[in-house]
Amino acid sequence: MSKHQKSEYVTSDLSQREEEFKGEIMTLNMGPSHPATHGVLRLLLELDGDIIQKCEPVIGYLHRGDEKIAENMTYNQFVPYTDRLDYLAPLANNVTYAIAVEQLANLEVPQRCQAIRVIVCELARISSHLLGIGVYGMDTGAMTVFLYTFTEREKLYTLFEELTGARFTTSYTRIGGVARDVPEGWLSRVKNFLDGLLPVIDEIDTLLTRNKIFLQRTEHVGVISKEDAMQYGLTGPNLRASGIDFDLRKRMPYSGYEQYDFEVPIGTVGDCYDRYLVRMEEVRQSERIVRQAIERMPDGPWYAEDAKKIFVPPKPKIMTSMEELIQNFMLVTEGPQMPAGEVYFEGENPKGALGFYIVSKGGGVPYRLKIRGPSFCSLSILPKIMPGHMASDIPVILGSLDFVMGECDR
Amino acid sequence: MPRETLIKELCLKFDSVQRRSNLDWPAINVSAHQLVELCKKLRDEYAFDMLMDVTAVDWEKERPRFTVIYHFLSRERGHYLRVACNCENDDVPEAPSIVHLWGGANWHEREVYDMFGIKFIGHPNLKRILMWEGYSYYPLRKEFPLAGIETSLPAADVAEETQAKVIAAPMMGGPFCSKPGPYMSEAEPEGKDESWTEKQPKPEAEVNE
Repeated sequence: MSKHQKSEYVTSDLSQREEEFKGEIMTLNMGPSHPATHGVLRLLLELDGDIIQKCEPVIGYLHRGDEKIAENMTYNQFVPYTDRLDYLAPLANNVTYAIAVEQLANLEVPQRCQAIRVIVCELARISSHLLGIGVYGMDTGAMTVFLYTFTEREKLYTLFEELTGARFTTSYTRIGGVARDVPEGWLSRVKNFLDGLLPVIDEIDTLLTRNKIFLQRTEHVGVISKEDAMQYGLTGPNLRASGIDFDLRKRMPYSGYEQYDFEVPIGTVGDCYDRYLVRMEEVRQSERIVRQAIERMPDGPWYAEDAKKIFVPPKPKIMTSMEELIQNFMLVTEGPQMPAGEVYFEGENPKGALGFYIVSKGGGVPYRLKIRGPSFCSLSILPKIMPGHMASDIPVILGSLDFVMGECDR
Repeated sequence: MPRETLIKELCLKFDSVQRRSNLDWPAINVSAHQLVELCKKLRDEYAFDMLMDVTAVDWEKERPRFTVIYHFLSRERGHYLRVACNCENDDVPEAPSIVHLWGGANWHEREVYDMFGIKFIGHPNLKRILMWEGYSYYPLRKEFPLAGIETSLPAADVAEETQAKVIAAPMMGGPFCSKPGPYMSEAEPEGKDESWTEKQPKPEAEVNE
């Protein structure tokens, strides 16, 4: 048998065996501990060769019962738990939670407090998107981007540490204000950071946006139609990438967002590439908002001074005045006193609309507190969009949805 | 259309719709048999195009005990609408499913089932989502003890102190365990979770089929 004949024999044998396997479905378990699932997400996949036939996300591995915990502690005690929802943007969670409770109390915080909250929210958005874009680059095989974004994110964390005392779990807001005023010179240091941020974003732009490999991996992959995005309650960048112009900061402004001039980027196709583009542009717009907020930072109190039954008075006053001492004691032991009723508030967080539904029967403890995590909704669309894609598209689609399990599982 | 007119119109069109007291967004009560019809009308005729959230509240001693709460958002109107639907049966609470109207309701309703045991009639795949299959409690019901449920592998120090064979849950034995309610004396933090003692026995495990 000549060499040529032999190879022909082998080929025909293989192709015969391929016929045997055709149409056979393989069930594959991905996660819960898998680098592409960005946390503890588990996917049950049914594959026909390389093509996904069915995808079932299994969640709950990070369930800590935050809602049950909230029913047994005062409003301010729950602030640290909000850090651990979307732990990539704790400041934004703090602010959204505080505003929700303030709506229950029908309490207006002063201008300066609102401006500080806008600054920290937008810095949190920048931080979250920097991570999202960096990790997304890594998911598609572009390692360098990750290093650039993490350098910037590190600078932000230094700023957060200076402001709140913690890099990661900030617990910055209180009901009726923030934990402390901005330190001296902090705003100018934020400005310095912003000066360095845009060149880096431009650099990432040159690395990814027209990168042929990146385009081929992301364009027309994981397309979410307008209808599907609405059906599944997608919010934030994921919704806007599908071409729906809806941003809570514009449409239903809170914390004084109506004063700032910024654009809301909208996608056209709703694929993974659009979601990347929307996030990139949102970083630039957030930068604009922070600059404006620093420019017009009003003077005055940074917490609601007249809300005696809600906000703990400053430490020096507690130590010197009897009334403030009693106020502090009551607030610490019994919590800020709220009227009975129910409220629902959503804030435009980096991952989408984070909602708090609070039922109060009066007193300092919520009767029921429900957290609406945007990542929960983003993941619920997976069974819809995954089928028909290749198994190698999974990390790209997951990365483009930019979810975080702390918020999904609560 | 102003919010007031919306509520008035809905009250006229559906005989079971009633105004619900509210602090922020317009809110209505609806009975279970008209819920699906109402949701369809809200979506198709009143531009409430997004279902943001589905959740439930356990009112413990009040009757009816469970209420399912929906939050709809209209992008066009720029406000939410809260729809509350009381579950008819307190022991085996049930509510109609709206998955066929909003795909996103699928996971939300599974979560409510998981946490409260409310069965959604017509749900395509009603099983646990955050807890695991075979878990026999509904953790967000008020009678579920904060300390956690009995286990064969308890935390030794907690078991010694509380005489309960439980895995220490967050806050167990912590200094900050408060109770919701209008009375300040009850809101004072207690030393440990007293919701499961000799006076108040542990809840019966409900077996899933």
